[in-house]
Order: sequence, then structure tokens, then C-alpha cells
Amino acid sequence: MVTEMMFYFLSFVAILSAIMMISTKNPVHSILYLIVTFFAIAGHYFLLNAQFLGMVHIIVYAGAIMVLFLYVIMMLNLNEDAEPVKSKYQKISATLSGGIFMLVLVASLRSAEVSLEKTRNSDIGLVNQLGKVLFHDYLLPFELSSILLLSAMIGAVFLSKK
Amino acid sequence: MEILPNISIYHYVIVSILLFGIGVVGVMLRRNALIIFMCIELMLNAVNLLMVGFSNMWGDGKAQVFVFFIMAVAAAEVVIGLAILMMVYRNQETTDINILNKMKW
Repeated sequence: MVTEMMFYFLSFVAILSAIMMISTKNPVHSILYLIVTFFAIAGHYFLLNAQFLGMVHIIVYAGAIMVLFLYVIMMLNLNEDAEPVKSKYQKISATLSGGIFMLVLVASLRSAEVSLEKTRNSDIGLVNQLGKVLFHDYLLPFELSSILLLSAMIGAVFLSKK
Repeated sequence: MEILPNISIYHYVIVSILLFGIGVVGVMLRRNALIIFMCIELMLNAVNLLMVGFSNMWGDGKAQVFVFFIMAVAAAEVVIGLAILMMVYRNQETTDINILNKMKW
């Protein structure tokens, strides 16, 4: 019962703050709402017993990526006055087409019949279990991702120097 | 099919669809390139949430490893994107995508 309530609460917070993020004009407020959404998604991960991913999500997204966004917005000095807005016609058509997109996804879900037997192993999200999979089956992609991050770092330094 | 008591995978699919759809609407609605980046992050996170839900349903840890990789790719993408945006802003003094149309045919 408590977990059920938590699910609905976290979903509500995530969706509401996501809507606020795209509707508020001030970019700084947008980022703060997105951080709220990310914390709600991290809560979902904890609820799904994926503790490792929840922690990584908080550290990487709320701790690193959003701070980077905030830093760039402050550096570019973007505020409400400089914020470009689309015309009313474009806004209405964007919302309408997005709504239709969601409707199509939900409708295709309704017609998809999923019949699965339940295979419960609730410990998969723990660091112990995940580490075994990561360093046994996916060792090469893990090492390659370090090269990806290194090249991203070098690229960022190269791009942002005068 | 139940992940939590009374919560099935369908609930998670619906939440993910809503978050993804809000991200799509945001990309179409906003003209600030930074906000569009943030909407892309939101879409990536909706997919991550769905993958963790399915991983929990199947009792298989591989999907969670893929979520981990998606996070690494998202971090790299954001770093490069923001660096490009900084450079564009330095040259053009704007992040409005309607003005940044030099590459338009």
C-alpha cells in the first residue's frame, strides 16, 4: 500500500515538473524543475529495487549534468527577457502533435498482448549482482565507454578553447 | 506481471510514454537550444525508467547495465553539445534556433 502510494506520488511529481519545465519561460526555473523530475525518477529506481542505478542517477544527472547546464546558463546570462517564444499557432500545433504521438503509443500498447511468466529475482539491482554482469558479460563495452568519455572530455576542451 | 503490489509493468509504460511525450512536445515547443537539450535528456530518462521496469519484471540485470551505458553516452553527449553551444553563442550571441539557420538549405 505504501509502495503503491509512493509510485503514484513519484509519477505525479515527475510528470507535473516535466510539464512545468517545458512551460516556464525562465531557463533557470526550467533546469530546477528538470532536477525535480530527475529526483522523482531516482525515487522510481529505488522503488524498483535498483539501488545502484538510483545512486548513479542522482550523482550523474543531478550532481554533474544539471550543474553543467546551470553553469552554462549562468555563463551565457540567459533570462526571461532573452527567451525566444514561438507563435501561438506553432505552440498549439506542437502540443497537438505531441498529444497525438502519446495517444498512438498508448493505443499500440493496448493492442499488444504481453503474457509473461513472473521470474522474480529482486536482488538484481544491487551493486553485487550488477557488478558481476557488468564486469563479466559487458567488460569490453565498459572499457570502450571510458574511451568515449575521454574523447568527449578532449573534444569539450578543444571546442571551448579560443 | 506485477512489479510492486498492485503496480504492473503497464503503469511504468504509461509513465514513460507521458515523460517521453512531454520531451517531444518540449523539443517542438521551445526555441532555446539549451531547453531542447534538456528535453532530450528527459526523453533519455523516460526510456531508462522503462528499461529498469522491464528489467525488474524479467528479473534480469542486463537491462540495468544498458541503462548504465546510456547514462555514460548521455553525459558525453551533453558535454560536447554544451561546448558546441558555448562556441555558437560566442560567435552569434544567441541560442535561438530560429536565428541559427546558417546550415539550412
